[in-house]
Amino acid sequence: MRFGRLVLANFKRHKLRTLLTMLSIVVAFILFAYLSAIKKGFEMGVSVAGADRLVVRHKISLIQPLPQSYQAQIERMDGVALSSQASWFGGLYQDKQVQWGQIAVQPEKFVQIYPEFVIPPDQKKAWFETRTGAVAGRKTATRYGWKVGDKIPLQATFNRPKSGNIWTFDLVGIYDGAHPEVDTTAFWFRHDYLEENRLYGNGLTGWYYIKIKEPKNAESIARKIDEQFANSPAETKTETEKAFIKGFAEQVGNIGAIVTAILTAVFFTILLVAGNTMAQAVRERVGELGVLKAIGFTDGQVLALVLIESLLISMIAGGIGILLGWLFVSAGDPTGGALPVFFFAPRSIVTAAVLAVLLGLVTGALPAFQAMRLNPVEALRRE
Amino acid sequence: MSESLVTMGGVEKVFRRGSEDIHVLHGLDLDIARGEFLALMGPSGSGKTTLLNLIAGLDRPSTGSIDVAGQRIDQMSRRELAHWRAVNIGFVFQFYNLLPVLSAERNVELPLLLTSLSRSERRNHVATALRIVALEHRAGHTPRTLSGGEQQRVGIARAIVTDPALILADEPTGDLDRKSGDGILDLLTALNREHGKTIVMVTHDPHAASRASRRLYLLDGRLSTEMAA
Repeated sequence: MRFGRLVLANFKRHKLRTLLTMLSIVVAFILFAYLSAIKKGFEMGVSVAGADRLVVRHKISLIQPLPQSYQAQIERMDGVALSSQASWFGGLYQDKQVQWGQIAVQPEKFVQIYPEFVIPPDQKKAWFETRTGAVAGRKTATRYGWKVGDKIPLQATFNRPKSGNIWTFDLVGIYDGAHPEVDTTAFWFRHDYLEENRLYGNGLTGWYYIKIKEPKNAESIARKIDEQFANSPAETKTETEKAFIKGFAEQVGNIGAIVTAILTAVFFTILLVAGNTMAQAVRERVGELGVLKAIGFTDGQVLALVLIESLLISMIAGGIGILLGWLFVSAGDPTGGALPVFFFAPRSIVTAAVLAVLLGLVTGALPAFQAMRLNPVEALRRE
Repeated sequence: MSESLVTMGGVEKVFRRGSEDIHVLHGLDLDIARGEFLALMGPSGSGKTTLLNLIAGLDRPSTGSIDVAGQRIDQMSRRELAHWRAVNIGFVFQFYNLLPVLSAERNVELPLLLTSLSRSERRNHVATALRIVALEHRAGHTPRTLSGGEQQRVGIARAIVTDPALILADEPTGDLDRKSGDGILDLLTALNREHGKTIVMVTHDPHAASRASRRLYLLDGRLSTEMAA
C-alpha cells in the first residue's frame, strides 16, 4: 500500500499512548469473548434447538408431572412422528449438588429425536439392552474421569428408590456433540429403570419430547395437543423446543440482556478512549496535515489516512483481543463446568470482528472529517 | 521579456474578522517570468504570505485572476487545486515542516506518493533530490537528528523531487544562522541558475533578497516598489 508506511509511522509518534489505547481494546475484546461464551452457556442450546421438535409439559409448571398415558394419544396425532418421556432426576454425585442434568428418557426414541448427541453404535446398542445403562456427555465424563463400564452411583433427592438411597447406573456410553453448541454435560438414562425402581411417581413423566414431521406445522400441532388435554386433571403446555429452553434458561434471569448491557457499557467506554486518542492525534498533527495538503494531498486522501490509522489500531487490537479471548475461552469454563456449553461461537467471532471494524470507523470518523475539512493555510499558520 | 509563468490581474484578498472586512491585498497585478528568482519583501502583515498562498493555490483571491503556467487556478475546485499543486508547486517552509516520524528520504518521498511512479522509480527520484541538496549520506536520519540547515535542505529536496515548475519559499532562512542560511541561499540560487527553476521567496532579510534576480516590496497589501536586482 502506497501510504502504508506513512500510516504506520504515525504509530511511533506516541508509542505509550497508542499501546495503552490498544491494550484497552484488547481487554474489551477478551471480555467480549468471555461474556459471549457465558451467554451461550446460559442459552443452553437455544440456537441449536430443532425446528422439528416440541416439548409438552404440565400447563402449571415444569415440575408438575404428566401421565405416561398421554404418550400413546400424542403419537396418534397427525403430524407427530414420535415422542419420548423425559423426567428430571436431580441426584447428588459424591454428596455434592451437581450442575449437570440427569434425565430419564426412552433411549430408542430419544436417539432418533436427538441425532446431534453422537453415541457410537456399539454403545447405543448397549444402552438399548441394559436396563441400568446410562450415557454421559463427554464434558462430564472427562470432568469426573469416567469411562465406559464404570458404575455411577447417584444419591437420590426427590426420586427415592424402593430401597436405600442410592441409584447405581452402568455407564454404557459417552456421547459427543455433532457441533460445538451441543451440551455435552448431560447424563441420560432409561425411563423404564426409573419407573421400576422409584418409590413414588409411577405412571408419570416430567415432560415429553416430540418429533414432528413438518416443522411448519409446529404451531398447529402444539395447539392440537393442548386442546386434546384441555379440561383434564393434567392440562398441557406445548411449545417449540426453542421456547422451552429459553424459558428454562430465563429462570435465572435474562442473561442475554444482562450480557448485552455490560458489553454495551464496555464498548461505549472504549469508544470514548479510542475516540479521544484519535482526536488528540489529529489535533497534534494539524500542521503536518496542512503540509500534506500543501504538497498536494486531497481532502479525501487526508480523510482516508486518518480513518485507516484509526481502523488499523482498532483492527489490530481487536484481532489480538479476539485471538486471546478465543484462547482463554478454549482453555475452559471458569465455573468448573457449571455451564453446559462454553465456547466462543463462530458467529460471536464474526460479530467481534465487525465490532472491531465499526469501532475503528466510528472513532476515526470525526477526527478524519476534521482533518478533511482542514484549511491548509489555517493549518500551516497554527504550526 | 521572457515568457510569464505566473500572471496575476487585479487580485484582491479580503478576510472577514467578525463584522469587519480586512483588505490584505489591493488590486495586485503581477507577472513572474519563467526561470525568474523573485524575492517578496515587506514588513509583517503586509500580505507577503497571503500572496504566496494565492500563487500556490492554497487560497483563493476575493477578486481578480491568477494564471499559472496557462491555467486559471482561481477557478479550480479544492480537489483540482490539490492535484495541481502536487504537479506544479514545490514548497519550502520557514520551519522546514518535516514529518518527525519519517526519515529524511521518506519525507522527500511524500509528494511522489501522489504520482503513479513505482517504488524503485520513487527511490531514484528521492536519491537524485537528496544528491542535489548534498544530503544523500543523511537519508535515513529522522528530522530530530538533523541540524536546522540540514532539515531545510531536506525541505528543499522535498520541494524539488517532483520537478515542479515553481518553487515557493516562505522565509527559508528565517530560522537559520547566517552560515546555514547562506548554504540554503546558495542552493536556491543554484536551483534557479543551473536547473532553471522559477523561485518566489518571501523574506524579511535584505541579504537573502539580494540573491534574487528581482525584488518586490509589499506594503499594506500594495506592490509599492519594484526594483531590478
